[in-house]
Amino acid sequence: MLTPLALEFAYWQETIVKIVIGLVAVLLPTGALVYMFLFKMMSFMQSRLGPMETGPHGAMQLLAEFGKFLQKEDIFPSKADRWVFAAAPFVVLVSTFMLVLVLPGGPSAYFTDLSTGIYFALAVSSVSVIGTLMAGWGSNSKYALLGGLRAAGQLIAYELPLVLSVVGVVIMAGTLNLREIVLSQSDFGIWFIIPQFLGFLIYLIAIQAELTQPPFDMPVAESELVTGYLTEYSGLRFLLFFIAEFATAAIFSAIGATLFLGGWTIPFVDPTAEFMNYIGPFVLGIKMIGIAFLIFWFRVTYPRFREDQLQRLAWKFLIPLALFNIVVTAVFKVVF
Amino acid sequence: MTTVTLMTTALGAVVAQNVFFYMIAAIMVFAALRVVTSDNIVHAALYLVVVLAGVAAQFVLLGAEFLGVTQVLVYIGAVVVLFLFGIMLTRAKVGSEANLDHQNRWPAILTAVMLLLVMAYAVIDFAGDEEIEVINASPTSVQEVSDAIFSTYIVAFEAISVLLLAALIGAIVVARKE
Repeated sequence: MLTPLALEFAYWQETIVKIVIGLVAVLLPTGALVYMFLFKMMSFMQSRLGPMETGPHGAMQLLAEFGKFLQKEDIFPSKADRWVFAAAPFVVLVSTFMLVLVLPGGPSAYFTDLSTGIYFALAVSSVSVIGTLMAGWGSNSKYALLGGLRAAGQLIAYELPLVLSVVGVVIMAGTLNLREIVLSQSDFGIWFIIPQFLGFLIYLIAIQAELTQPPFDMPVAESELVTGYLTEYSGLRFLLFFIAEFATAAIFSAIGATLFLGGWTIPFVDPTAEFMNYIGPFVLGIKMIGIAFLIFWFRVTYPRFREDQLQRLAWKFLIPLALFNIVVTAVFKVVF
Repeated sequence: MTTVTLMTTALGAVVAQNVFFYMIAAIMVFAALRVVTSDNIVHAALYLVVVLAGVAAQFVLLGAEFLGVTQVLVYIGAVVVLFLFGIMLTRAKVGSEANLDHQNRWPAILTAVMLLLVMAYAVIDFAGDEEIEVINASPTSVQEVSDAIFSTYIVAFEAISVLLLAALIGAIVVARKE
């Protein structure tokens, strides 16, 4: 991340700078998604204005919400398992922050250049299930427990199509490292969305379910379960869950843009040029917003699935389709 | 001059590695003790997460990056999640639970000690008093791991695949209602 700045840092200084940039890289897209899509786009699609009072066109609404959550009382249910209940949002948030580590924003603008790249991202994203289960069980409430169990069942089921949809890209690029996946797309001359369109569709559906966004929001189904595993949370701890949910949406969109839309690269521009380190993160941000738009568009368009329909879609449809995609990709890789 | 700097850097890295090894090891031992002494089954499972995360951290510390990530994906992301899922579906209560201790603790201790002896013997027999040199400081690449699995250890790999498939079919047969 620091090479482009052309500054010499000691290890501890570099760590501090990375933490600050990491915080910005997680929180800024999160705020952008919540304001642009959740506050505004959703309102316009439902023929209303959304928040308008705070700042010009309601632009300061996020700060107002943040202030509101901060001053709320941190309520613990008296029968809850205090320790597990308190720790749960942090487990989810740690998983989110570890995801951003492997995202490349330019040829040398990254936090860490792991050779396991995308594999690491999929592994740490599965840790958030533990936080969800901790929240569901630790609240000691029926609705929360039901929500937690639904969330876990759903996340386990959709992790498989998510992993398998990425395998096609990995076969084509011949590497797990996200930076090299981006570079191999400019070597190919086309973004992987064209040869891997099936993989891209499966990836989109799988992240929609992994993020528990509607139409896959049974874990927090408000008409059945109050708000599922979030029922007993209030104030800052609820805010942490909320940030984690939308930050993960942003990061999964960015990973999707990296895998299928060429990451930081612009067509016909040298992807390894020095200036790409500066404009790369913004290009990646625009592509991320494009994919996030699809997620929120599906969110406001489709009604909620039933639990059995959800499981059937994953196990009987998406997984065989993803396996078929892998076989076809592997055959093409060997033949050509 | 350059050699001297290189050597001190390497030495510093080794010292840092040792310090972190013992810190992680201490956390792991504490969490492992809590797994067996905790009086709540969900707490025990959560302490198990700490132990398994410690194993992953030790792998990363040794430069086995792929192994560490696999440890997180398989054990924390899948095995423990299924543990928790099963426990919460059936019997998990908040608060302490009596009779959580198993009566077979002496055979269990005996088994654990015997396992320790076998592993200690294997390590001492392999290395003896010699210090094992770190061949290269950079992490092992994914390519080397996959080359090893799909050439040298292909028979073992296939045997494990068949074993897992058999276990999977066995689970379905056991769970199926007739």
